[in-house]
Amino acid sequence: MYGMGVLKGLSVTLKHFVNTYLDDFKYGFLWIGNKRYTTEVLPKRQSAEARGIFTVQYPEEVLKPQERFRFVPFLVYEGSDENREYRCTACGICSKACPPQCIWIVRANDPETGRPLRKPAEFYVDIDICMNCGSCAEFCPFDAIKMDHDFELADYDRTLSHIHDIQRLGKPVEYYARIRPSYHASEQAEILAKADKSARAKG
Amino acid sequence: MSETSQTQATQEPSVLTVQDAYGVLLERFPGQVRMDERQGYEGVLIEADSLLDVASFMRDQLGIRYLSSVTGVDNLPNGQLESVYHAFAGLGPALVFKVQVDRDRPEVPSLVSVWPSADFQERESYDLLGIRYIGHPNLQRILTWEGFHGHPLRKDWHEPYYEEELKPFASRHPDGHVYRAEDRNPFGMNLQYPSDFDPHNWTDIAQAAVYQPLQRTALESRLETETMVINLGPQHPSTHGVLRVVMAVDGETVVDLMPVFGYLHRNHEKIGERCTFPQIMPYTDRLDYICSMSTNLAYALAVEKLTGIRPPERAEYIRVIMAELTRIVNHLLAIGFLWNDVGAFFTPVVYAFNERELILDLFEMAAGSRMMCNYVRVGGVFEDLPDGWMEKARRLVYDRLPRFVDEYERLVVQNEIWRARAIGVGVLPAERAIAVGATGPLLRGSGVPYDIRRVEPYSIYDRFDFDVAVRFNGDVYDRFMIRFDEMRQSLRILRQAMEQIPDGPVQTGKKNYTIKVPPGEAYHRIEAPKGELGFYLVSDGRPNPWRYHVRSTSLINLTSLAEMCRGHKIADVVVILGSIDITLGEVDR
Repeated sequence: MYGMGVLKGLSVTLKHFVNTYLDDFKYGFLWIGNKRYTTEVLPKRQSAEARGIFTVQYPEEVLKPQERFRFVPFLVYEGSDENREYRCTACGICSKACPPQCIWIVRANDPETGRPLRKPAEFYVDIDICMNCGSCAEFCPFDAIKMDHDFELADYDRTLSHIHDIQRLGKPVEYYARIRPSYHASEQAEILAKADKSARAKG
Repeated sequence: MSETSQTQATQEPSVLTVQDAYGVLLERFPGQVRMDERQGYEGVLIEADSLLDVASFMRDQLGIRYLSSVTGVDNLPNGQLESVYHAFAGLGPALVFKVQVDRDRPEVPSLVSVWPSADFQERESYDLLGIRYIGHPNLQRILTWEGFHGHPLRKDWHEPYYEEELKPFASRHPDGHVYRAEDRNPFGMNLQYPSDFDPHNWTDIAQAAVYQPLQRTALESRLETETMVINLGPQHPSTHGVLRVVMAVDGETVVDLMPVFGYLHRNHEKIGERCTFPQIMPYTDRLDYICSMSTNLAYALAVEKLTGIRPPERAEYIRVIMAELTRIVNHLLAIGFLWNDVGAFFTPVVYAFNERELILDLFEMAAGSRMMCNYVRVGGVFEDLPDGWMEKARRLVYDRLPRFVDEYERLVVQNEIWRARAIGVGVLPAERAIAVGATGPLLRGSGVPYDIRRVEPYSIYDRFDFDVAVRFNGDVYDRFMIRFDEMRQSLRILRQAMEQIPDGPVQTGKKNYTIKVPPGEAYHRIEAPKGELGFYLVSDGRPNPWRYHVRSTSLINLTSLAEMCRGHKIADVVVILGSIDITLGEVDR
C-alpha cells in the first residue's frame, strides 16, 4: 500500500520520542531539578541498552573534557603566582616545531655578562594563528609547555588580547596536575627514577 | 546495460605488469619515450609532441582505463616544468609518466580527450603552476580568481605574508619580538594584479569567463525556448559548503551546468611546501574535516613510502580501527545530509550526530581532539590508546552501532517519497564512471567493484575478511544504499581488528619535528571514505618537501556532476550533488 514506507519511517521517530521519556524514568528524572547531566548517568544513557536521546545543556552544563583534550598551550610554572619559576628554558624547540609558527620567544640574557640564560624573557603565543595541534607540547623536552583544557576564549577584541604573553600563558603546576593527572604522575615518576639513579651512581 | 559494463570492467585481465608496460612503450615509441633515470624516481618521460599518441596507445592497447592523478612540479633549478600523471590498469601499482617542458613555454597537450578525468586536474595544474594544456576545452583558472597574479605553486612566487622560504622561521627564536603579519602588510596592500588586469571591471571579466561556456551550450541545444543561467550557491545550504554551481536551465530542466570552486581556497599545497614533513600532518586534518583520521593516514603512508619507515604492528591496527570508525562517521553524515537535501529535514542528521558524537568521544580520548585529530604520525601514531578506550569502543562497535545502522536504514529506506526522488536519478554508467575518474561509493554504486583496500592493499588491510560493496544501477538510490553496505563491512573489519590487536609500541624511532627523507618521489593512495585519496610527494633531500600534492577525492568526483545532472530538474541537482558526498575543505584546498 502506498504510504506504508512513510509510516514505517515515522514509527522509528515515534519510538525515539517515547523512548527518550522512558529512559528518563529509567535513569531518574534529573531534569526536574533542572540538572540533566551527571557523570554517573551519562555513560548509561550512551550505552547500547539506552534507547532514547540525551542532551547536555551547554552552557549551563559543561562536559568535562577528556584528559588528552588540547586547546591553546600554556606554560607550566613552579612556585607561587608572585614568584614564578617557569620550567621553560627558552630552547626554542616548540617555536621551531610549531606548524603555523605562532610561538615567539625572546631568550633572557645575563644583565652583567650578556650571555644567554636558560629562561625566557618574553614568550608569546598568537592564539588566532594557533591550530591546537599540540606539536609544542609533544616535542618539548622539559615538559614546560602543555595544552590547556580551557576552550572558552572568546573576546571582544581580536588584536592584542589574542596574543597571549608570558603572564597570561603561565599556569601553576598544580593546575597541570589537575587537568592531566596521569601525565603528571608519569612525569613525576620519571623524574624520581632519574634522581634515584643519579643518587645511586654518586653513592 | 550496467551489468555488461561491470563484467567488462572487472574481467579485463591486466596481463602486463607495470615494468612490462614501460618496456612496450619504449619499444613502440623509440626516441619519444625514455625511462626516468633520476635517483628515487619511477616511470617514463614522454616528449610533449607525442603525448597524445602514447596516451591513446596506453588506453586502447594496454588497457589503462583510469587516469587517477594529474599534477605538475616546478623544477626551478633546471628551468623546467613537469606534468606528472599516475594511471592504473586495474590491479597493481601506478603507471607513472611525465612530460617535461621549458619553463618559458610550458605547453603540454591536454589529455581530456583520452581520459576525461584530467579535466579539473589540468585546470588546477594550469592555475597553480602555469602549465598550459593545449586542446583543453575550458582552460581557465579553477581555484584562484581571474584577477590573480602569477601561478602560486611556482617556486619563485611569494604570498602576501611571505616571511621565508622554509619553516622554521628565524624570527621566532631567540629574538622573537612578536608582530602581527597584518600590521606589516595591511589589508589593501596585500594583493597585486596582473599588468593587463583592471580591478574596477573584474566582475564583468569573471562573470563572462564563467558564463561563456554555458551560454554556448544554451545556443547549441536543439530546444527553441529561452535558456536562463542561474546560480546555485556559493551560499546555499544544499551545496554542503561554498560550492557554486552555475546552471543553464530551460524551464526547470538543466541543460548544462558548471561547478565553480575556490571560495575556500587557501593553497594548502604551498603551505605544505613551506613546512617540514611532520609539520604538514595537522594541516591534513583540515582537508576533509569530516574524516581527518583517514587523511592523516594517507599522508603518513605517503611519507612512509618515501622514507621506508615501517610502523609497529600495534600502530597499524590502531590506524585501521581509526580509519574504519572514520568511514562510519562519514557515511552516517553523508546519508543524513542527503536526506536533508531531499527534505527529511534534520531528523536523520541529528540521529546520525547522536552516534557520531560517541565515535568522536573515542577520538577525543585517543587523540585529544574531536575533529582535527592529528593522531597518526610518520612511523606510528601519536600515543597509545588510553585506558578504557578499547572497552568503550567494543561496546559501541559490537552492540550499539549495528543496531543503529539497521534502525537508520528502516527510517527512510522504504519511504515512497524518497524512492521517487532517488531511483533512476543521476545515472552514471560504469564506463563513464571510470573515464571521469569517479572513485569510492560513486564508482562502486555504478557497478565497478574497485576498492583500493583490495586492489592495492595498504597498511594491513590484506589481513581482514570483508566484502567489497557494489551495486549496479548507478543512480542516487544505489549510491546511497552502498553506504549502508560499507558501514556494515567497516563494522566487520573493526571487530576483526579489535580481536587481533597485539600489545607493543606504537611509534618507531624518536619523536622529532623533522625527519630525514631521501631524494625522490612517491605517490600513495588510500580508500578514504569518499574515494581515492592520494598524496604525491617530491623530496630533494631537505627536511621540507619540494612538491606536495593532494589528489583530492571530492574535486575529482565532481567531474561527473554535469553529465549526471543534464536533463534532470533543478531539485534533482541538489540530490545528485548530495549523493556524490563532497567536503569543500578538500575540493578547494
